[in-house]
Amino acid sequence: MSCILVVEEARRDGSTRVFQETLAAGRRLAELTGLAVEAAGVGEPGRNIFAQITGAQPAAGHAIRHELLAAYTADGYTLAFEQLIRRLEPRYVLFPHSYQARDFVPGLAARFGQALIGDVTAIGEGPTFARQLYQGRMHATYRHAGGGPCFLSIQNGAFRADEGAGGTMPVSEFTPALEPAQIRTRPGTPFRETAQTVDLSSAQRIVGVGRGIKDAEKLPLVEDLAGALGAELGASRPICDNGWLPMERQVGSSGQTVAPKLYLAVGISGAIQHLVGMKGSQCIVAINKDPDAPIFEVADYGIVGDLFEVVPALTEAVKAAR
Amino acid sequence: MKIVVAIKQVPDRDAAIRMAPGAKEIDERELQWAMNEPDAYALEEALQLKEKHGGEVIVASAGPERVGTTIREALAKGADRAIHIVADDLGARDALGVARLLARAVAPESPDLVLTGLQSEDRGEGQTGVILAELLGLPHATLILHVDRTETGLRVKRELEEGWHQWIEMPIPAVLTMQSGGNKLRYATLMGIKRAKAKELRAVSAAELGVDATPAIVLEGMAAPQKQKSTQILRGSPREAAAELVEKLKTEARVL
Ligand SMILES: Cc1cc2nc3c(=O)[nH]c(=O)nc-3n(C[C@H](O)[C@H](O)[C@H](O)COP(=O)(O)OP(=O)(O)OC[C@H]3O[C@@H](n4cnc5c(N)ncnc54)[C@H](O)[C@@H]3O)c2cc1C
Ligand SMILES: Nc1ncnc2c1ncn2[C@@H]1O[C@H](COP(=O)(O)O)[C@@H](O)[C@H]1O
Repeated sequence: MSCILVVEEARRDGSTRVFQETLAAGRRLAELTGLAVEAAGVGEPGRNIFAQITGAQPAAGHAIRHELLAAYTADGYTLAFEQLIRRLEPRYVLFPHSYQARDFVPGLAARFGQALIGDVTAIGEGPTFARQLYQGRMHATYRHAGGGPCFLSIQNGAFRADEGAGGTMPVSEFTPALEPAQIRTRPGTPFRETAQTVDLSSAQRIVGVGRGIKDAEKLPLVEDLAGALGAELGASRPICDNGWLPMERQVGSSGQTVAPKLYLAVGISGAIQHLVGMKGSQCIVAINKDPDAPIFEVADYGIVGDLFEVVPALTEAVKAAR
Repeated sequence: MKIVVAIKQVPDRDAAIRMAPGAKEIDERELQWAMNEPDAYALEEALQLKEKHGGEVIVASAGPERVGTTIREALAKGADRAIHIVADDLGARDALGVARLLARAVAPESPDLVLTGLQSEDRGEGQTGVILAELLGLPHATLILHVDRTETGLRVKRELEEGWHQWIEMPIPAVLTMQSGGNKLRYATLMGIKRAKAKELRAVSAAELGVDATPAIVLEGMAAPQKQKSTQILRGSPREAAAELVEKLKTEARVL
């Protein structure tokens, strides 16, 4: 029986927001294709994997249980989902575009002679699937060539989770055949690096600096602006990768999530991994010499120009106004 | 350790990306090209592992003629030799198709370790390394920042979301996809650039590798992104634009 299978993933804190968004994408696909949505997830015995689903319920749930799946491993999950997919023969399989999905779904899809359409931002008639190319500087639409299941992963925040009270659905248990020797990696317990001393999440104003600054020696330019604004300094990943600013100032999917009143992005292109960390800011300003930089798509105010000219002028203007 | 590093040539970050007629490709004329950033970190990790444990570092890159310059750059930084998979049609192959090319070219080397970047800056699939592991029948780990050699294999540090990490133990041979930032990148020295000229660069065509190019997913078209918000662009000289911005932040947005 052909269906749209949406795969559950719970976060470390137990929240299932990304799963609920992926379900919303599944419902969109159901509208377009007339297929039914079903849900699948891995869970320890006794845990009701689908308890948190709000809005319209899937037609069925499949709870994958096995002691060898207690900790996530790519080998274990690939084998388990391979078996479930062969049993259910879904037409589409949807995952949240999480680090976990990135870790095993491309290999799982390859087992079916498929390539994943990853990080999907929209689903259109056809169906077609939209995703970004060139770090957000192009949008592309893809189609599945057919023959076999189509694997998709859905970008965080691209679909809005449905609201409303959940109901119940029939849940069946699925126990995959797994041997200890098939799991070749031994994952350790997740840990956090040393405690963070800078808490950007409570800052009212943040000046975010990106690779446009070119050189660590130019950082005082943005430090002066931050000083004049009474703002904290944040940064894009390459700035921290280069060691120009400490890791704890990194904003984005692998750094901090911030939502200040004012976020001023200086020489930051606006890659999705940065945007997810600051999109929630009340007012976003971008200074960038490239008028097509994706950061302008989310900015309220923009100055297209050379930051080495604009930033000192802005520092002066802020000082004069205060 | 015999280490293969998969390196992709991508448009330089500051290059203007424009569409070619037909909206299925970008216009490659006048583009500057560079080494995909995470791949530079993968190469650095490979070179450091070789310096610690001995062995050989082999670069593998698929693409047209032009990728030769990026391969030479990797050789100049210290890789020992390179395989260039000559293919003009990568744009029409999906991630599985590209990984099949790499797998065919890499398998005969029987490497102890294959390193890729976690994601390419142009297509941003984040898939090739994981598929490569599947095709080669090897264990893998993704988003790796640090690699230690142990008695039985490897101990690698993996990045998780929101500042979390984890250590993973695994046997070799294995495939790792490398995240950027784990090491400091080296520059090619003049001596390195000279030496690179004498290093082996073997070319093999996609046709010789005999890989099916039929994709499972097909690109319908590309378009420039649409703005989600109406952005007010402030014009004039830097001074004028700055003054207007401050005024707007005070009176309109009320965030100053
Ligand atoms: C799994 C994963 C996790 C990631 N996590 C994060 C994360 O948490 N945070 C993060 O930021 N990134 C993250 N990244 C990286 C992200 O994809 C981008 O590579 C990164 O955000 C780019 O940083 P940037 O904008 O500073 O640099 P670039 O993309 O190089 O942009 C530099 C910008 O500066 C502009 N510029 C250059 N010179 C000037 C000038 N003189 N004046 C004005 N403008 C100028 C350019 O036009 C360009 O737009 C992650 C990537 C992956 C794959
Ligand atoms: N054409 C290619 N030649 C060599 N390596 C590649 C190629 N395409 C992808 N890779 C490798 O696979 C990684 C992930 O690419 P992608 O799956 O396209 O995001 C890159 O960082 C490279 O290490």
